[in-house]
Order: sequence, then structure tokens, then C-alpha cells
Amino acid sequence: MDANKNSYTFSFAAVMVVLVATLLSVAAISLKPFQDKNVEAEKKQNILTTLGIEVSREDAAKVYKEKITSSYVLNSEGTVVDGDAFTVDLGVELKKPVDQQVFPVFEGEKNGQKSYILPMRGKGLWGPIWGYLALEEDMSTISGAVFDHKSETPGLGAEISLGWFQEPFIGKTIFEGKEFKSITVVKGGAKEDDMHGVDGISGGTITSDGVSDMLDERLSKYLPFFNQKLSEMIEADTVVVDSLQALTLNTIK
Amino acid sequence: MSEKKESLFSKKNRKLLKDPLNDNNPVTTQVLGICSALAITVQLKPAIVMALSVLVVLSVANVVVSLMRNLIPSRIRIIVQLVVIATLVILVDQVLKAFVYDVSKELSVFVGLIITNCIIMGRLEAFALGNKPWKSFLDGLGNAFGYGWILIAVAFFRELLGAGTLFGYPVLEKLGLYEMGYENNGMMILPPMALVTVGIIIWIQRMKNRDLIES
Repeated sequence: MDANKNSYTFSFAAVMVVLVATLLSVAAISLKPFQDKNVEAEKKQNILTTLGIEVSREDAAKVYKEKITSSYVLNSEGTVVDGDAFTVDLGVELKKPVDQQVFPVFEGEKNGQKSYILPMRGKGLWGPIWGYLALEEDMSTISGAVFDHKSETPGLGAEISLGWFQEPFIGKTIFEGKEFKSITVVKGGAKEDDMHGVDGISGGTITSDGVSDMLDERLSKYLPFFNQKLSEMIEADTVVVDSLQALTLNTIK
Repeated sequence: MSEKKESLFSKKNRKLLKDPLNDNNPVTTQVLGICSALAITVQLKPAIVMALSVLVVLSVANVVVSLMRNLIPSRIRIIVQLVVIATLVILVDQVLKAFVYDVSKELSVFVGLIITNCIIMGRLEAFALGNKPWKSFLDGLGNAFGYGWILIAVAFFRELLGAGTLFGYPVLEKLGLYEMGYENNGMMILPPMALVTVGIIIWIQRMKNRDLIES
């Protein structure tokens, strides 16, 4: 066989391509279920982390069932619509016009403290970044934050997935009184008394800015929902005050 | 067979392993793989993960190409090499994603970098195409180690001087250097300093090994 003949070269290439393609597709298809399971478990793990619950990926599904009390999806006006919050793919949602998007909310509880967990998604330097933000019942104080990324530079932008970057978010507020402020990742470090800023990453400015933009864009879409929850809370408070007054009056009588 | 069978670790074979560590180092002498040396040497951990992945891919690709060396048509040999490397990298990535998810997350970015690492293609082209599988395997290991130790050395200095940590552990803070007025050099984190660090390593290497100096 002459290895320099055109026909040999062509048949070698053809056989190689078919072999490699088969090999890779078989591998991809047979491994897909395992990979999907990992991704799903990781999502549950991330949601739980914002609640301050650390679990291994194996236990994530079980603990998730216990701690996440309810989940639902909202439309852009903040009303609950049909849909499963867990399976919403924000990557797809973000491409739609705002009024057709749905916005997932997860409600979780830890030590009697209720939290609202909102998924985030935005752009980093090289690819998508995403995360989960847990808000306390006042709809302003952050009780937990988790971020992750597809392909940010290790040691620079990729640091957003690490604890030192995420922990400073806890306790910050996204509202100043009634005004929506979001959270900004500040290059060179946030001032200590800044309630709406956290430290940025040296050498990872574009990813840091990506996080700021993502938070601002996503959270602002939940504003109708926040307002609604807040007015519900105020109503509930007044009811309590009213009934207390009634009670005192009765006792006096 | 008329020729005398060579022992597995004959002097020649050991040379294949040892040479790339110093005299014929792929990074400092042949100046290959610089791109990835810039990208992932900010911290030690990713550098080690990268070094290990290159080790696996390079040694296996070398063996595969060496086994096929008499079949590969010379006119499309580069493409064949590329396909072999890419297939291996994707396979490894898929398996990791399914069974050791954490490692695969660590690796994700490097996959592309491994495929484009010119050390791998360079070794396939220069060595595996003309040598038997065992020798190619040793050559792969040797070159991957040669690449890996430079990567880890650069990452060591960049992480220590740039962030004051090693493997994320705040070494300098524990030593109390910050209280004495020391500050991290933020420039070490930026890619150009990787080149300077590699340059310094090359400088020291040539000071010790005068044979490497071009006339």
C-alpha cells in the first residue's frame, strides 16, 4: 500500500473521522445522565449554600427537600405564574423580551429565618457567570450569596466562586431606604461603611463589573415582587398592632 | 529479531526522561507552551492541575501517534495529530465531568489550552512519528515534567509575591510581614510578570549551564 497516494490519504482521513466521531458521540451520550445528575445536585447545593447550609453533593437532594419550603416563578409584573422554578433556564430566559421572561423564586428556611433566594445570570469576561442571592424578609438585607462561572480566568475572575469574594455580600443591603441601590463590586476595595459595595478582584475587573451588572439587572426585575412583599409585611404588622390594641381595650374593660 | 533488545530503562531511555527537565526543557530552552504558562500560573493549584493534565494527554497522545506512525499519510499528519490530541482531551473532560465533577470544574478552562499547547504537537511531530511506543511514552513523560516544573515554579513565585498565599493559605500574613509594612506586589498577578519570571528562570538556567548559550 502506498501511503503517499491520494486515495490512501482520503480513505485514512475518512476512516479516522468516522471512528473519532463515533467514539466521541458514544462517550457523550452514555455519560450524559451522570453529568446531568451532577449539575442538578450542584444547583441544589448552591441554593442551599446561600441559606448558610453546607452539604455534600450527595446529600444535596435530601436536604433541599427539607429546607426549601416552596418555589415559584413570577412574570415581569411580579405575579406568580405556572412553571417549575428549578428547571427554568435563565440562559434561555435572558434572550427573551422582558415581559415574556419568567423569574424564579425559592423560599427557604433556616433556624426559623425565612429567606428568598433569587437566581442570577450575567456575562463575565469569557463566558456566562451565574449565582444565587438570598434576601431576608425585609427584601433588602443579603443573607447569602453564591457565584459561579463557566470559563473565567483561574486565579483572577474565577475567584468569584470563592468564599472570600462571596462572604462580604452577607449583611449588605440592596435598598437605601426606598431607593434601589443593588450591590456594586468596587475596584480597589469598597469603603468599610459602604452598605451597597463589596471588594473587587485585582486583575479580575471585567468579571467583577460583570457581577455588578448582573446583580443590578436581575434584581431590578424583581422590584414589583419586592414592593408587593413589603406592603404585605406592613399590612401584617398593622393587623398585629390592631389586634393588640383590641386586646388591651378588652382587658381594660 | 537480530538487534539486541534494549532494556526498558537503558541509559538512552533515561536520557529521554531527564533531558527535558533541564538541558532541553520545552519551556525555557525550546520556548514552547509559553501561552499557557502565562495564563494559569497566577496560583499554584491550577498550575498543578494543568501540569497533570498535560502529563496525561502528552504521554497518551505520544503512544497513540507512535502506534499509528507507519499508517499516517505524511501530508495530513499534522491534522491527524491534532485530531488525536483533541479526541483525548474531550474524552478525558467528559469522563471527569461525569465521575469527578469537582476536578472537571477546575479543569474546564484548560481543555482548550491543552489542545493548543504547542509542546504536545511539537513532541508528536518531532518524536512520536519516528519512534517506538515505549520511547515515545518516556519522551512524553519527560517533556510533561519539564513543562510542569517550570509552570509550578512560576506559579509559586507569582502566588507568593502577588497574593501572599500558597495554595490559598495566607503564608505571609501568618509570618506577620504585613505588620512590618510589607505589601503584596499586585503586578505579579498580571500576565506580563509570568514572562519576566520565566525569563529569570532562563537566565539562572543559562548561568549554570553555559552550553545553552547561543554563540
